[in-house]
Order: sequence, then C-alpha cells, then structure tokens
Amino acid sequence: MFATNHVEAAISAEADAPPLKSMNIVDVLSANKIYADGTEALAPVNLSIAPGEFLTLIGPSGCGKSTLLKLVANLIEPTDGRLQWWRGGFDQVGGEGRRLAFVFQDPTLMPWSRIAGNVSLPLDLAGVPRSRSGPRVAAALKRVGLEGFENRYPRQLSGGMRMRVSIARALVTDPDLLLMDEPFGALDEFTRNKLDSDLLTLWWERKLTCVFVTHSIYEAVFLSTRVVVMAARPGRVHRVMEIDEPQPRGDAFRNSARFADLCRQLSSWLADASLPSSVTAAS
Amino acid sequence: MKPLMQSERFVRFAAPLIVGAILVGGWEFACRHWQVPVFLFPKPSDIANSLMGDAPTLLAALWVTMRITFQAFFCAVVLGTLIAFVFVQSRFLEISLFPYAVLLQVTPVVAVAPLIIILVKNTQAALTVCATLVALFPMISNTTIGLRSVDQGLANLFRMNRAGRTATLLRLRIPSALPFFFAGLRISSGLALIGAVVAEFVAGTGGRGSGLAYEILQSGFQLDIPRMFAALFLIALAGVSLFLLMAWLSKLALGGWHESEVARES
Repeated sequence: MFATNHVEAAISAEADAPPLKSMNIVDVLSANKIYADGTEALAPVNLSIAPGEFLTLIGPSGCGKSTLLKLVANLIEPTDGRLQWWRGGFDQVGGEGRRLAFVFQDPTLMPWSRIAGNVSLPLDLAGVPRSRSGPRVAAALKRVGLEGFENRYPRQLSGGMRMRVSIARALVTDPDLLLMDEPFGALDEFTRNKLDSDLLTLWWERKLTCVFVTHSIYEAVFLSTRVVVMAARPGRVHRVMEIDEPQPRGDAFRNSARFADLCRQLSSWLADASLPSSVTAAS
Repeated sequence: MKPLMQSERFVRFAAPLIVGAILVGGWEFACRHWQVPVFLFPKPSDIANSLMGDAPTLLAALWVTMRITFQAFFCAVVLGTLIAFVFVQSRFLEISLFPYAVLLQVTPVVAVAPLIIILVKNTQAALTVCATLVALFPMISNTTIGLRSVDQGLANLFRMNRAGRTATLLRLRIPSALPFFFAGLRISSGLALIGAVVAEFVAGTGGRGSGLAYEILQSGFQLDIPRMFAALFLIALAGVSLFLLMAWLSKLALGGWHESEVARES
C-alpha cells in the first residue's frame, strides 16, 4: 500500500497516461472470463468507467453482468485481457481518493454483530481505532436513515433496513467507486424506489462513481448516466445508452414522458439482447 | 387458571413437574397396592430414605464421578477444538486424520477401557482418558463443520477489505462456528458423564475415591436396591444439570443473535 507510488509512476510512464483530470477510474481491456467447465461467462469486453458517472449493467440472466462487476471488484480474475484501476494494477485501489466499496446482492451482515459493529467492520479491518471509527459509523448510519439503530442485531431489522445497513457499511470507508450487484433485487417496489432515490442523492452529493447491476429497466433509467445492455451466451456488451437527464432526478422524472420513452427504448434493446444469437444455433 | 396456563414460562416448568409428580405418585401407589418387595422394585419413598441415609457416601461418590466427568469434558473440548482447527487449516491433514477420529468414535469404550486401565497406572487418570475418548468426537466434528460453514458473501467481504488470516479467524470463522460449537458442548457434556460411568463399571475401582458406578455395582451385590436407585437418581440428576448448564451457556453466547436461541415472537 505504501510503495504504490513507484508502481504508479512506472505504469503511467509506460501507458503515457492523459492528465489526471480525465483519467478513467477503471478500464476493462478485452477482458473475458471462461470458467473451468468451459462456459464462456463473458466474451472479451472493452469498457471504461469515467469519474462521476452512474453506470448500470443490465441484461438477461447469464449475460455476465455480475461477472463483469466482479472483475471490476477484482473478486475474480479475467481469463484473458486485463483491467486497470486508475491506470494501474489493483494495488492502486485503497489510497486517498481511490477507495472502492462493494454492495452485495444480499445484505451479508454478520448476525452475531450489532448494527454498529457491522458498519464499522471495514474500518476495524483497516485498523482504525474505535475512537475515530465511532463518529464515522454514526455518520454513515445517519446518511442511510438508520440513526438510533446502532445497538440492534441484523435479525431485528426488516429486509430494506438490512440493505441500508449494507450500504452504510460500504459508505463508511468514504468510497470513490461504489460497486453494487443487484442490491435492491429482493425488495418490494415501494422500498426499492425509495432506496433508489436515496442512492441517487448520495451519488450526486458525494460525487461518487457507481457501477450498478440490475434486472429492472425502470431502475436503470432512473439512476444511470449510462446504461450498458448486455446479451447472453456468451455474455457481451450489446448496446450502450447515454441518459443526459439533468440531476437531481426525482419523481417528476419518473413520471415524465421522457422516462417512459427511455424505458420503452431500453426494453426493446433488451428484447433484442435476449434473442438467441445466430452464432449459437445449437439446441 | 387461564392466564397462568397462557404464560409460556409457567407452562414450561409446571407441565414437566406435573407429569413427574403423577409418575412418582403412581409408582408409589402401585408398589404399595401390589406390595412389591423392596429388593425387586423399591418405592420412591424407600429410595428417598436410602438417599438421605447414605447421603455422605453417595455424595462423595457423586463428587468423584463429576470430577472425572468435568476433567474429561474439559479435555474433550480443548482437544476437540484444537483438532478441528488443525482440520480446517489443511484439507490434507483432515483427509489423513479424519478416519482415525471416526475409528475413535465407533470403538466401544467398554472394549477399550480395560486396555487403557492397564496402560494408565493411575485409575482416576485412566477413567478420565476413557471418558475423554467418548466425549471427543462430537467436539471435533461439530467444531470442524462450524469453522467451515462461513457465509461466502461475508468471506468475500473480508477478502475485499484485505482482512488477514488472524482477523478472518477471530471475526468471521470463530463467530460462525459458535452455534455448532455449543451444539457440540451439549452432546459432549452428556457423553463425558456416560463415559465416566461406563469406564468405572469396567474398572470397578473399590475403596476410597470410587464413583457412583461403583456404588451401583456394590448395591447390586448387596441387593440394596433402593441404594442402587438412589445412585441412579444422582447420575440422572447430574446429567440433567450438565445439560441445563450447557443450554444456559449457549443462551448466554448466542441469545442475542442466533435463530436457535432467539425467543419466538408472535
């Protein structure tokens, strides 16, 4: 962690990096993923994630959107090709202005630990003393609207509240890149809309960069500045939709004709993406 | 009547007590009614008398048995947990050693006890070894399963936060293993008592420092059946107390969070 400056210098020199301001946060360079049993989860993908964007990956099941997200999180390694984080290796991640946090599909809370303990876990693991982590935990819980729940156990909370705890845990490290794998997929529509709005506000206020995986067209259109539609067998990028609707977005946008148009457009692209591709004529 | 019967807490204690009272009462009545001889099947009152009369010797014997039980239980917990940690650290070690743990479990302690009594000079120590052998396996297998049953999502979370081996063990593996560990404790504590009694039956130690098993044997020889029942009663009492103690410990450790210990809400 402390010796990254040399590495960065070496890589920047080699890659002839553009000035810092326009530097991509993540570059996926022809990365693919073939699992041990031979299934090609992801055909070679090229994708750049720019600072401050809200990028959503959407597609039919088996399109490799979760796989792509896990590659970005370095939870798995590409079979071929490579990824760059801040124009360097994964060791670039973690420093000031380069923090990454991941929100899983399930809340993944430790049942034996109180809410405060769950949220402070990333700080505890980083060796931050309790005296300094306490206020940050409180602030993160406040941001997701769960102040006063510090001493509850996860089982005493509803599904939506648990998901909020999970987001608070991601926020407590003050991330710059927030990766989310269908975080609200298991929630009812009402709760989901509420959490989407909160997330969007958070992203806007804190100048986060988000990569978000979802099944929901409405969610994708509402949240994103860019939607990547993926197709299956093998997983690949099908089309990309830019959504330049100004921020902050709210219910007015949700009810607008433009929103409906965008959803219809995205829906038809998704239908194309779900068609069996001509290459795989088998079965 | 109604409000009392609706109290979960009251019913939980009262219901088994009422059943016990009916059983003991019926037993006393039947023995008196058919005039069953004391040396065939004693009345509860005979047993109570014997328990009172022989209290010093019987309690001393109980103390001996309980000491062996606790020593064996302690050894089983420490050894079992250590072995489980070794198993979890290396798949290779587990594959190589697990069959022997099973071998230990399936060999009847009655069959091994004479050998151990010959090998270990001190009888008390020999009995402790026998009881440990009986109580060991549930600790090994439960703790191993517990240490392995880590939520994959949480494991990923720890990995992403660059948690070290020690931090992962202390903050993730051990807490995940606790419910299994405590289930192991409940089984193992009962088995330690059984092991201690069975081993003493085989060893048949006489004189001072003998346990409840010896008292049962001795009473059998002397046809002092009420005393035999009294000793049996003490063993059962010890077993139940051990179980309650483990249940209480389990509740203390898991009460706040684990489904098995959380009070039903409705």
